[in-house]
Amino acid sequence: MTVGTVVIEPVDDPRSARQLARDTRKHEKLAQKRLTSKGATIAAIAIAFFWTIPTFGLLVTSFRPPADTQTSGWWTVFTNPDFSLGNYSAALTSGGTTLTLAESFLNSLAITIPVVAFSLVVASLFAYAFAWIDFKFKNLLFIGVFALQIVPIQMALVPLLSLFSRGLTINDVMIFPGLELRDIDHSFATVWIAHTIFSLPLAVFLLHNFIAEIPSEVIEAARVDGAGHGQIFFRMILPLAAPALASFAVLEFIWVWNDLLVATIFAPSSSLPMTQSLASLSGTWGNQWFLQAAGTFLSILAPLIVFFALQRFFVRGLLAGATKG
Amino acid sequence: MSEVKVESGTTPAPNRTELDAVERRQREGKRHRTTMIVVAIGFILVAALFIFMITRPPLEDPRPVSLGVSLNSFFQWLGNLGPIVQIPLVLIVFGVVVGLILLLIEYAPRSGRGYFWLRVAACFIIPVVAFMLLRPYQGAVIYVVLIAVILGALLFFADLRARQGAGYLFQLIIFSAPAVILLLIGLIYPAIATIFASFFDKTGDNFVGLENYVWTFTNPEGFWSVINTIIWVLVAPTFATVIGLAYAVFIDKARGEKALKILIFMPFAISFVGAGIIWKLMYDFRQGEQIGLLNAIVVAFGGEPISWLAVEPLFNTLCLLAVFIWSQTGLAMVILSAAVKAVPIEQMEAAEIDGTNAWQRFRNVTLPGIRSSIVVVVTTVAIGSLKIYDVVAVMTGGRSNSTVLAFEMVNQQQRFQSYGHSAALAVVLFLFVVPLIVFNVIQIRKQREIR
Repeated sequence: MTVGTVVIEPVDDPRSARQLARDTRKHEKLAQKRLTSKGATIAAIAIAFFWTIPTFGLLVTSFRPPADTQTSGWWTVFTNPDFSLGNYSAALTSGGTTLTLAESFLNSLAITIPVVAFSLVVASLFAYAFAWIDFKFKNLLFIGVFALQIVPIQMALVPLLSLFSRGLTINDVMIFPGLELRDIDHSFATVWIAHTIFSLPLAVFLLHNFIAEIPSEVIEAARVDGAGHGQIFFRMILPLAAPALASFAVLEFIWVWNDLLVATIFAPSSSLPMTQSLASLSGTWGNQWFLQAAGTFLSILAPLIVFFALQRFFVRGLLAGATKG
Repeated sequence: MSEVKVESGTTPAPNRTELDAVERRQREGKRHRTTMIVVAIGFILVAALFIFMITRPPLEDPRPVSLGVSLNSFFQWLGNLGPIVQIPLVLIVFGVVVGLILLLIEYAPRSGRGYFWLRVAACFIIPVVAFMLLRPYQGAVIYVVLIAVILGALLFFADLRARQGAGYLFQLIIFSAPAVILLLIGLIYPAIATIFASFFDKTGDNFVGLENYVWTFTNPEGFWSVINTIIWVLVAPTFATVIGLAYAVFIDKARGEKALKILIFMPFAISFVGAGIIWKLMYDFRQGEQIGLLNAIVVAFGGEPISWLAVEPLFNTLCLLAVFIWSQTGLAMVILSAAVKAVPIEQMEAAEIDGTNAWQRFRNVTLPGIRSSIVVVVTTVAIGSLKIYDVVAVMTGGRSNSTVLAFEMVNQQQRFQSYGHSAALAVVLFLFVVPLIVFNVIQIRKQREIR
């Protein structure tokens, strides 16, 4: 604190300081004004309008009485408004063949939260090894892990599924049996494992970019104090990389929550997530817009909450390393 | 004082220390060579055991063997609980495992008698327990355990004689083992298996050569999925990036920037299933009074209502693309907006003083400044568009020639049980992704050289 006052003291003319501040502000305003123009703002508002209309239409539909939604456009509410909340309670208790939307909401939570934790931990362990332990062919291996994004998920589904359900049998010799989870009521194990694996290449890449940027003096100091890699990882890397971890957690949460394909293939019918119930809602019931509309907005809730809670980390962590160079 | 003395004492004999160093290096090299030989022999032994295991006559109806607890029984126990109870339970178990791993990494590499035995125990116990958790079958269990023991012994031996000191290899392997094992099981093995399967027929028993690939390019479903995928990967990244960038620049430092950003970002947080429903309402087609906005507009201008998603060829694909672009623009905008803000304000001001207009400043200052971010965005959206499944599945189900590779391969395999066709489609998709990744790898290398 004392250092700060000493620095400020040399400005002995208070008026000039104030003037300087005013000038700077004026200057900044001027710069701001010149960089944004009226036309640009109007264009931006137009884009925002077109981007919001579809969602807005469905939002309005979700509050309209069921009979109206089938016969008239949602824009007619502006001339004769008629709203109800009944669609939401109806949506929660209806669903696809085996699950209601409310049940599959819980399933979605039970799938997404563990997956985010698994992939963050496994990926950050690996990323730490890449960043702070020297070994042969390190760069080559790192690029190899990044390049694994090349493998489309679809390519891995069938072999992985047969590994899970039938185990490992080579040349008719049975070595390992599969996991017998199909008949279990709420088994998420296979979905957890599949999601974690598919998220790893990108997670390792992004987290490595961030972890490698941590100043080596910090790590060296800890080493001198006698900390091993375990302590350094737990006590220094995890807290310092928190923004990157948080940003990847948001991305991963949104991706896993919104996934349809992996869950459809790997989850037993009683463990299907919300996306699946929503999709079969539109399939089995024809176009019952009031149910689908309410269901869609219920399914958006969780990712939006997560995004708003962690949004200040989002961009900062995501861009670490990417904007360099 | 004493340090100075010691130093002056050693200076007269530089030759000897040099000789010592050479000798030590030679000895180390020799030691390293024997280590390599022993490890190589170990691996040959493991391979021999493996071959022996799989060529032995198979047992009739073998039972799985476990230590009482296995991965299977744990997941079964967990699966019988309610979904919400499972979350904390599995997180606690996972936390305990990770905690043990970190403790091992922290303590095992230290030097000392106790730590030495800790490493011995870890090297032998962990592989054996890991394999036993998978419940090997009766006939295989002895080989599996033997392989685990040999692998553990090899790790311990190589670690003990590592150049960087005992414990170095141990901690490296523990750090990377979880990710490496998962990647091997879940991505590398399946990719290789799929490439093999693409040369076999439906059941996977008979070799058919390139027949599945011929099918891909001649059958209408296969053909259209290739054409549409090419359209997707060309159109989606272009539009998402251009609109996202334009929007990011337009709203930069504008009033209400945050709210404007959230409006565009929101579609990204909506699942493709949800987006499909939102847009199906937009595209809705019926006789009489329209409830879809687009057709309502068409009718209001005196046109005939259009069944948007059934217009072939290509038009319905563009309608599906609109949904994808609508969703991905938010991600592009958020990343590019951060990049635009990172362009130094001084450069902008300098360009302004030089009398450039807004477009010139954008072209010559902003664009070069955000180049690497644009690469990230284009690649992410392009890979996303190649792998698109949900939009097609929810909106058209691939009807009216709107199918794409990633959808068609799941379709072939789920509906027609045609694994060969599905695998060939996957390989074609894989070939589409290759150039993108190669381009990115070159970019990463360039960046690393700059650093």
